[in-house]
Amino acid sequence: MIYFWRTIKEIEMLGINSIAIVIIVSIFMGAVITLQTAYNTENPLIPMYLIGLTARDSMLLEFSTTIVGFILAGKVGSNIASEIGTMRITEQIDALEIMGVNSASYLILPKIIALVFIFPFLAVISMFVGIFGGWIAAITTGAVTSQEYIYGIHYVFIPFYVTYALVKALVFGFIITSVSAYHGYYTSGGALDVGRSSTRAVVYSMILILVFNLILTQLLLA
Amino acid sequence: MIEVKNVNKSFKENHVLQNISSVFEKGKTNLIIGRSGSGKTVLLKSIVGLLEVDTGEILFDNRDFTKMNLKERKTIRKEIGMLFQGGALFDSATVEENVIYPMNMFTNMSLEEKCDRANFCLNRVDIENANHLYPSEISGGMKKRVAIARAIALNPKYLFCDEPNSGLDPISAIVIDKLIAEITEEYNITTIVNTHDMNSVMEIGDTIIFIYKGQKWWEGNKDEILKTNNEEMNDFVFASEMAKKIR
Repeated sequence: MIYFWRTIKEIEMLGINSIAIVIIVSIFMGAVITLQTAYNTENPLIPMYLIGLTARDSMLLEFSTTIVGFILAGKVGSNIASEIGTMRITEQIDALEIMGVNSASYLILPKIIALVFIFPFLAVISMFVGIFGGWIAAITTGAVTSQEYIYGIHYVFIPFYVTYALVKALVFGFIITSVSAYHGYYTSGGALDVGRSSTRAVVYSMILILVFNLILTQLLLA
Repeated sequence: MIEVKNVNKSFKENHVLQNISSVFEKGKTNLIIGRSGSGKTVLLKSIVGLLEVDTGEILFDNRDFTKMNLKERKTIRKEIGMLFQGGALFDSATVEENVIYPMNMFTNMSLEEKCDRANFCLNRVDIENANHLYPSEISGGMKKRVAIARAIALNPKYLFCDEPNSGLDPISAIVIDKLIAEITEEYNITTIVNTHDMNSVMEIGDTIIFIYKGQKWWEGNKDEILKTNNEEMNDFVFASEMAKKIR
């Protein structure tokens, strides 16, 4: 029961509290994708609705998971590593061990479950908000009409892309929490070392996200 | 009673504890003293199982902790309370939640019972009206007292204190020392205190062992400590010029 409530708390801390940053980043990503595509489409034979399609597929395939993964690696990863690292150097983890608690399981497992659970939801929010951001950019700049953009986001929709994105979200959620927790848990020394652990957690999480992005893309889309 | 027999502990080439044996008696405040880096924290952490000894035995009332599996150790750990150097209170929990924490782990008490017990323990260490404050909102001395309250929440048979008065002013330090000694006597528990503070030694040292370069160098009590001819012990006890003059 303790694990259940800790997981709920972590869902709030790691996931719900990240919704705002995910929305902000996604809305701008969608807008920029739309404008970049529009301003680089000079061939009159290319229909304008492809701008909507490009924004949709870019958000679904890459930005809603990989870029949001990077954002979460920075925000959540550093938070996890510094929280657990500080607990380590201030002997709070030793205090848990003395109480007979399996500290690794108690501190890390709820975080892993929480982010693996909530990341797919964040990815879906990012998809919708990003596409919406693209639409806002399209109609405010006049780069493409609303009808063409909306036609584009309906055009040749492949549902498997959503599955692909959700699988990536699950894997990235696991990578961010486990790598960050590992670096935090094995922190030793003082405040400077907590900072180092935090940096390492973010860097290694990002590198692993890139590597697994490649592997999953080859496995799922090839 | 806790008995330590021929304990050795190394970190790579560094032989930190060398063949240490001692008996820590029940109902007494047993002190481990020594200079910084002498190995006393390693000894304390080895006794409570936070570090694994290389060889030797650690007996909690004749139960060998070193030979126990995790499940058996958990039984012993229910009987242990520990006060860490910085208090080690959980930052994200209030004072009351910190004291309730071990009860959540080891008991099926109702929330009301746990709150009652937490209040009792907090009153025992003279903490009032701080139940809903976070550790960051209380002073260093209060943190230590809350940590003591948490350590005694489950009526422990063994109490371990790692430099309990470090970072405190001399008056607060003596308050903490006396509290530890009172609790030890009141609940008849086996208390081991790790310190290099001579005020603590003279205040509460029922039995004292002096660790020097990882070895047990001297053993006695607070009355004997001033009369010993042990050179290293005297260097430690009468470290300041003033102490040497007084001697």
